[in-house]
Amino acid sequence: MNFEFSQEQNLLREQARGFLDENCPPSSVRKILEGTDSFDEVLWKRIAELGWLSTVIPQDHGGLGMSYYELSVIAEELGRALAPVPFSSSVYLATEALLLAGSTAQRQKWLPRLASGESIGTFALSEQAGRPTPSALKTSFDGNSITGTKIAVPDGDIADFAVVVARSEVGDGATVCLVELDDVATRRVDVIDPSRSHAELTLEGSQAELLGSEGTGWSLVNQLFDRAAVLFAWEQVGGCQAALDQAKDYALNRYAFGRPIGGFQAIKHKLANVYVKNTLARSNCYYGAWALAGSEAELPLAAATARVSATQAFYFASKENIQTHGGMGFTWEFDCQLYYRRAKLLSVGIGSEMWWQDRLVAAYEQSNRLASA
Amino acid sequence: MDFNDTSQEAEFRAEVAEWLQQNVPTREELSGLGEIQQSKLWQKRKFDAGWACLRWPKEYGGRGATAIQSVIWNQEESKHPVPTGIFQIGQGMAAPTMMSWASEEQKRFHLPPLASGEHIWCQLFSEPSAGSDLAGIRTRAERDGNDWIINGQKIWTSGAHYSDYGILVVRTDPTVPKHKGLTYFFLDMKSPGVEIKPIKQISGGANFNEVFFTDVRVPDEQRLGAVGQGWQVSLTTLMNERAAIGGGGGGVGFDRVFRLAQKLALDDRPAIENGQVRSALANWYCQESGLKYTGYRSLTALSRGETPGPENSIGKYVGASKSQDMASFAIDLLEMAGILEDRATATGAGIYTGTYMNAPGIRIAGGSDEIMLNILAERVLGLPQDIRVDKGVPFNEVPSGSSN
Repeated sequence: MNFEFSQEQNLLREQARGFLDENCPPSSVRKILEGTDSFDEVLWKRIAELGWLSTVIPQDHGGLGMSYYELSVIAEELGRALAPVPFSSSVYLATEALLLAGSTAQRQKWLPRLASGESIGTFALSEQAGRPTPSALKTSFDGNSITGTKIAVPDGDIADFAVVVARSEVGDGATVCLVELDDVATRRVDVIDPSRSHAELTLEGSQAELLGSEGTGWSLVNQLFDRAAVLFAWEQVGGCQAALDQAKDYALNRYAFGRPIGGFQAIKHKLANVYVKNTLARSNCYYGAWALAGSEAELPLAAATARVSATQAFYFASKENIQTHGGMGFTWEFDCQLYYRRAKLLSVGIGSEMWWQDRLVAAYEQSNRLASA
Repeated sequence: MDFNDTSQEAEFRAEVAEWLQQNVPTREELSGLGEIQQSKLWQKRKFDAGWACLRWPKEYGGRGATAIQSVIWNQEESKHPVPTGIFQIGQGMAAPTMMSWASEEQKRFHLPPLASGEHIWCQLFSEPSAGSDLAGIRTRAERDGNDWIINGQKIWTSGAHYSDYGILVVRTDPTVPKHKGLTYFFLDMKSPGVEIKPIKQISGGANFNEVFFTDVRVPDEQRLGAVGQGWQVSLTTLMNERAAIGGGGGGVGFDRVFRLAQKLALDDRPAIENGQVRSALANWYCQESGLKYTGYRSLTALSRGETPGPENSIGKYVGASKSQDMASFAIDLLEMAGILEDRATATGAGIYTGTYMNAPGIRIAGGSDEIMLNILAERVLGLPQDIRVDKGVPFNEVPSGSSN
């Protein structure tokens, strides 16, 4: 039994934590939250220099060719620091989409640029409120150009290209395209967590090229989501831990009735329950990382399990962190809001808790069918 | 990461599996024997071949094995339908306490019969007015020459009715604060003045008892630790209790309820297609999976010769409520038939109602949910202990409710 990160991976974690403590304190997150910048460009450049963007990109495409364990470690630390950079869009979504379905030319063109941070990529699916399905897609692709509106596209205002899902009359009802955003109208939109920018993309016959094949887009979206879910879950688990640490520190230092509030069982049990949910989510993320690192058959179930438990744990940790802080937790001045905002942002970014609960049971049904076949 | 054994572990597992294959008692061997006789037969067979209490030193009847070897043994043994439960308290809690606190002569005398299954031990700790507040016990012991005279009452004593020995914590000095006036003994359960009365549980079973002590004599040699040191000795036992109960719950697991939801109809469709059903199932899967992989992380620490972190203490806390809630949900899925326990007609033959009725006990035994949360908050998160009104107060001046 070896169900633990290696020494080298833990060393990477220490380095990442040290780097982010120094280069991404809560005040940096707040600066993006309160200011007009879309992301922390200085931090992004330093992250690129460290090679984090290129962790799993093969060496012949300018990457480090490392495993998803290393990327999981980095994801957790970025989540812990609430890093205000387009890492999830560019790495978990755009890079993964290219690795899954990119043609040789597409990979050669984009992967080195994504690896170096020269280009930022993103992913655009949603067009309206409610759960996306192929039949609800209106965006159309004619082989060369794409028309439609995509809402709440993460980092859409700063990305160089987007992986865009369009409807298809054949196959599974969807086709995925790669769209360069230079000439596309993008409008930054207000979102619940302004430390991560989002935009609306208006595609009016914009140039687009096929990613993968016509009519297999929905299957690609599902594969992409399974992969991204594990990495999102690690970010969420990092956030859980930071929120719990903040609540614990406050409970030890805030006095009421002549003693630290952390001595009252109402607070102790609350925080112990946060710890329990965090621990279960973390262990499920281990399972997710293991599946992502090479056990394709188990990935759908492992990814959904990690995703559902991490989503629930981060929501719980971030709201109980505010509660532990009392009125101060509800002030703009305190940082509790940062975790609470990010928890919700991450929880719908690649599909809601309810969606992933459904995917979890579907994956369990599927693995049972395979086992009995 | 991988789930594989190291080559040494794999070799050991193969050896264990082969021995089990050849030595697990057959149905014919066990037929006509009661649970205790069956358990003793299997335990003796393991002991004779050197497979009992693997982690104990050989001179006490063990094998001198490592922690991970012991886990591998348990994993392999659990694949066979063999009875082991009745020895859990003696081997899992009394023995580690004896190993830390008994004399060499006592260890050599008492541990081998515990390993061989010849002797069964029970734990005489809780009292009617001292459960979570264990140090508030009132059963007293008074010195009389070389003996102590015990008077009082214990409760929730699992297996007292078939035990040969018991570990016992009593009050020897009521004039000092509660933790300081306790002393720890072991005694022969056949001692004159020991009276055992079974307690019927809400599940209908009667696994535990009330034990009454009337002028029971225990020789001073059977004291473990110094007079007044009983609390420290008790902590040795309690740490092992949580490890022994660990895993948590049993009863209804995810896969069983998943299959039930596949089989049952809800609004003319399989229940599994219902969103509410899927959502509830997904949450339990996350818990079950989270516990499983938390366990794997602890095993990894063991495999590397490290001590597992505190993560594992969440097992009983999460597992017990999960079983309870899943049983309750399964009964609901069965609708009007959910209440049936009649084996001839009931779907699941009372599995769900049985778990439903058993689970409340699991949430209380070996540290209630609330005590587990206190432990996590204090030992893992480092939050302060509760302020104790009785701190530093002589025990006989501590306020007590009318039930005393």
